[in-house]
Amino acid sequence: MRITQGTFSYLPELTDEEITSQLEYALGRGWALSVEFTDDPHPRNNYWDMWGLPLFDLMDAAGVLHEINECRQAHPERYVRVCAHDSRQGRQTVALSLLVNRPPAEPGCRFDRQEAPGRRLRYTVHPYALDRPAGSRYGP
Amino acid sequence: MTRPGFALARPGQDQDQDGDHGPAAPDVLADDATADLRAERAGSGVDQILDSLESDLVGLRPVKTRVREIAALLLVDKVRGRFGLSSGPPSLHMCFTGNPGTGKTTVALRMAELLHRLGYLRRGHVVSVTRDDLVGQYVGHTAPKTRDAINRAMGGVLFIDEAYYLYRAENERDYGQESIEILLQYMENHRADLVVIMAGYADRMEAFFASNPGMSSRIAHHLEFPDYSLEELAAIGELMLREQRYRLSAAAETVFRDYLARRMTQPRFANGRSVRNALERARLRHASRLVAADGALAKDDLMRLEPADFLASRVFSG
Amino acid sequence: MTERWSAGVLHYAEMGYWQPDYQPKPTDVLAAFRVTPQNGVPPEEAGAAVAGESSTATWTVVWTDRLTAYDHYQGKCYSVDPVPGHEDQYIARIAYDLDLFEEGSIANLSSSIIGNVFGFKALRALRLEDMRIPPHYAKTFQGPAHGIVMEREYLNKFGRPLLGATVKPKLGLSARNYGRVVYEALRGGLDFTKDDENINSQPFMRWRDRFVHCMDAVSKAQAETGEIKGHYLNVTAATMEDMYERADFAAELGSVIVMVDLTVGYTAIQSMARWARRRGVLLHLHRAGHSTYTRQKSHGVSFRVIAKWMRLAGVDHLHAGTVVGKLEGDPNSVAGFYDVLRVDRAEPDPVKGLYFEQDWVSTPGVMPVASGGIHAGQMHLLLHHLGEDVVLQFGGGTIGHPLGIAAGATANRVALEAMIKARNEGRDLLSEGPDVLRTAAKRSRELDVALSTWGDVTFTFESTDTPDVTAVPTGA
Repeated sequence: MRITQGTFSYLPELTDEEITSQLEYALGRGWALSVEFTDDPHPRNNYWDMWGLPLFDLMDAAGVLHEINECRQAHPERYVRVCAHDSRQGRQTVALSLLVNRPPAEPGCRFDRQEAPGRRLRYTVHPYALDRPAGSRYGP
Repeated sequence: MTRPGFALARPGQDQDQDGDHGPAAPDVLADDATADLRAERAGSGVDQILDSLESDLVGLRPVKTRVREIAALLLVDKVRGRFGLSSGPPSLHMCFTGNPGTGKTTVALRMAELLHRLGYLRRGHVVSVTRDDLVGQYVGHTAPKTRDAINRAMGGVLFIDEAYYLYRAENERDYGQESIEILLQYMENHRADLVVIMAGYADRMEAFFASNPGMSSRIAHHLEFPDYSLEELAAIGELMLREQRYRLSAAAETVFRDYLARRMTQPRFANGRSVRNALERARLRHASRLVAADGALAKDDLMRLEPADFLASRVFSG
Repeated sequence: MTERWSAGVLHYAEMGYWQPDYQPKPTDVLAAFRVTPQNGVPPEEAGAAVAGESSTATWTVVWTDRLTAYDHYQGKCYSVDPVPGHEDQYIARIAYDLDLFEEGSIANLSSSIIGNVFGFKALRALRLEDMRIPPHYAKTFQGPAHGIVMEREYLNKFGRPLLGATVKPKLGLSARNYGRVVYEALRGGLDFTKDDENINSQPFMRWRDRFVHCMDAVSKAQAETGEIKGHYLNVTAATMEDMYERADFAAELGSVIVMVDLTVGYTAIQSMARWARRRGVLLHLHRAGHSTYTRQKSHGVSFRVIAKWMRLAGVDHLHAGTVVGKLEGDPNSVAGFYDVLRVDRAEPDPVKGLYFEQDWVSTPGVMPVASGGIHAGQMHLLLHHLGEDVVLQFGGGTIGHPLGIAAGATANRVALEAMIKARNEGRDLLSEGPDVLRTAAKRSRELDVALSTWGDVTFTFESTDTPDVTAVPTGA
């Protein structure tokens, strides 16, 4: 089940050229870029693994694309995303976030209902991938 | 809300937004068509840079010639591209050799702009580094440092001063080798994104290349920066003074020449930089002289340097 | 001096309420009123009367004034300017000392400024146009429980507007059917769905049942998409106690957001804002009923004042207009409302109807909500007029989609993402927008059908609430 996190997940997968356009847009606004990857697609999982530190003071997107490709090569079976960071006062947060790699097969999440007192139900979202230990969650 | 100094490059184009820097991405011309070199040349604005190089820098005849040749090569290559004759981005990595103060950094800046105008570099900025910016002090420190410098230089020029310090043959645990490996990779795979210019003393660069044939083979252009002659140094001094709105009295001119002739032979002479330092000190003495005299000052008094402003130097006392 | 205090009736302007030389202090609360005096009443007197009746005055001299430092508490009308093009209207600016107000209370602020003066016979009409809230006063309010930045971090959604839809029909659905609409819309791609303002707890669907069914739908959609989803559960009720009960239940079910209507009153809204921050739940405010007093240009309270008050009170979402939808909204006025909600420092801008500079001193921004008669075919216009920090709500535009609700949601999401992508690539939204939509529609059947169904629908009527000033092209 295709996870739809990230800003452009309802569009066809972005080509490297299209990704570069978005990176240039971010650089033009003065935002730093970082590459992150994970095998835990839970919607509340905020902290993905960092592929190196965020890249500051860049004049061109070519370096970021290089890092993205390195990360894809190193972890083809994980979700990889690029985040743009806006450090201006009043924001100081992420400004843009897009997925640039997905595992070849995405089992998605399980939806658990737990009965609680008073006809109440507690809901849990449980990614199927997490049934396997970290490091071998996607792929054979 | 574009940040200052940053020009957006649209995908598929390698030019600035205002579009007057070189031709737009063209279709392949037919075999029997003709291309207008003059138009290409005018459109790129390359002559402006070459002319300013001519007028702003004293001497450096061989360097200027070489820069012109490179510009011509790249211009023709662009036109060949219109006919579909070029294959792949040319290697543009360079090596500048010469003593300190001979204009290597200045020419690197101009080269970056030239390459940008001709469309070979998307941004045309220069990131200047030495070994300490690239090499770490412990395991795992070097790769991020080198990659960081390279990423910041993407779209422009990475200027590595005294690059030979990267290689320390005597110390096999030195991390410089790792930096060299990374540089080699990027120099090979990102020729369209980055130009590396290495600079330093000629003999040491030669030794460096001898020990690192991979590096040597990736350098396309070697430029030698000769020491300035006495005449040239004096001319540089004149240029600097004119910029700063000072002038030499007739007597001071002779003394200044004499100063230079002596200084050139003394140790640690750094060509243009030494001239600049000398003029700085002369200005100090000029100011002290005026303050000591404590009288009324005409405009020319404030501009005119006298022999006394130079003679006080240790260069004369030996 | 004796004249001032002799028993009898004096003109307000002579009692100290008209002070053309007064320099407003940085700590003063300032108000701009659009005054339409009765025939024969000079504008300065009308301005002074408004200043008086919204501060200390009464219709006759009273000796008890002299037991006080009366000139400190007087409202001071310091300027009266005629409105170009309307010979009977004036803009009166009035300064109020900070001491007139209780800290952190919108109820008090509104009672003070608009509680008394609007029925005044000497005025044919009166409208509160704008206010300047000094930092000293702004800091006494909680401000938005979360604010724009925190909302995005909470939902993990960056770089694009958020999408929502109100469940339709407004009334009559049972709890289970209601939940079906929520589930379909959220799994199709919207971020939020919404209770309508009049859905509280009616015989056809009681609140608890609706909450249980909605949260089931929300959680299920969340698991299926891997994104955080929400439904604005309307906790509006007859008493504060009931509201707390409903809101607490919503929080226990795990809802990320609840909603109240403006009709609950300023005090209740502030209470809910406190609750929202304590519980970590977003607070959406529907501006139910505001048009009764915000719409007519000559009389009432401008929505930009309500927006300021709500930002102070502490809501996270506020409906603020769409420009191109079915409800009232002149583009420049709406741009002014959005600025009031979002920016940290606003300068006076007559074109947008902003009369004062306003420094919010880092009070978080409120996410504006655009809702009412908008559809995917207008995505480029919406993005152009409203920007990126906004919730776009497509009620009819989702639920009325020929291929179903989920398809409607997908159509909106695809249109939005395609438009953002195009904007980032540097394309001009106004001229190329329709082209971007058509290209995106080629890869999305849902969007294609949506454009065919609603492509030509627009709502253009003369706006009733426009600023006095329009930008004139300079012809350069």
